[in-house]
Amino acid sequence: MLKIPQNLLDQIHQHLEETYPEEGVGFLLGMDGEPRVVTEILIVPNAREKEERHHRYDVAPQDIIDADETAEKKGLSIIGVFHSHPEHPDKPSEFDRERAHSFFSYIITSVEKGKSVSSRSWRLLEDRSKFIEEEIEIK
Amino acid sequence: MPSIKIPTPLRPYTEGKQIISIEGETVGEALSFLLSLHPELKEHFYKEDGQLSRFANIFLGNKHIITLQDLETPLLEEDILRIIPSIAGGIDL
Repeated sequence: MLKIPQNLLDQIHQHLEETYPEEGVGFLLGMDGEPRVVTEILIVPNAREKEERHHRYDVAPQDIIDADETAEKKGLSIIGVFHSHPEHPDKPSEFDRERAHSFFSYIITSVEKGKSVSSRSWRLLEDRSKFIEEEIEIK
Repeated sequence: MPSIKIPTPLRPYTEGKQIISIEGETVGEALSFLLSLHPELKEHFYKEDGQLSRFANIFLGNKHIITLQDLETPLLEEDILRIIPSIAGGIDL
């Protein structure tokens, strides 16, 4: 289970509306365990070339390093990644699966006509065969 | 002795260790040493043929090792390596 406060989910939705029609991305910072608890989000730029951003996201290595340093200073961990699927469902794509890590939670938000309409969280199985949905509890 | 800084999401696989001192004169030797200590890391960053996965970025200071001599990059005593998981995805059109 992934616990996230309503205000952080609202911030995620707002950011992903701002990046629409491009995919937006950011980190989930918090505490690992059962459940995982998100205590902060960190927005980062989509590092893909502009003409690809409507269906791809990438995070620059330096932004990953900076996010990890931020998490560490606060006694937190990077526990996941959020990103948007403009005009597509909040389910992982095959491209998402190929590039995912089993140690992260992946919140995917469907953005339709510029509005964030739904979000679900996903975990990749250790054998990388598929994602399974992770229950979200909004506090 | 060179060291490897472990990013926060990988620390469950290194018994919570943040920095690990490593033996090895090259990046490749250092990574092999790390895996001998923490073999659980292997499935996340190595392919079945033993080659480093393209989903792991290894940095020496602020430089990606592919811009240096890749796994043959020599290490100095004070060097710090980082393993950075790649983060990417997107919809299928």
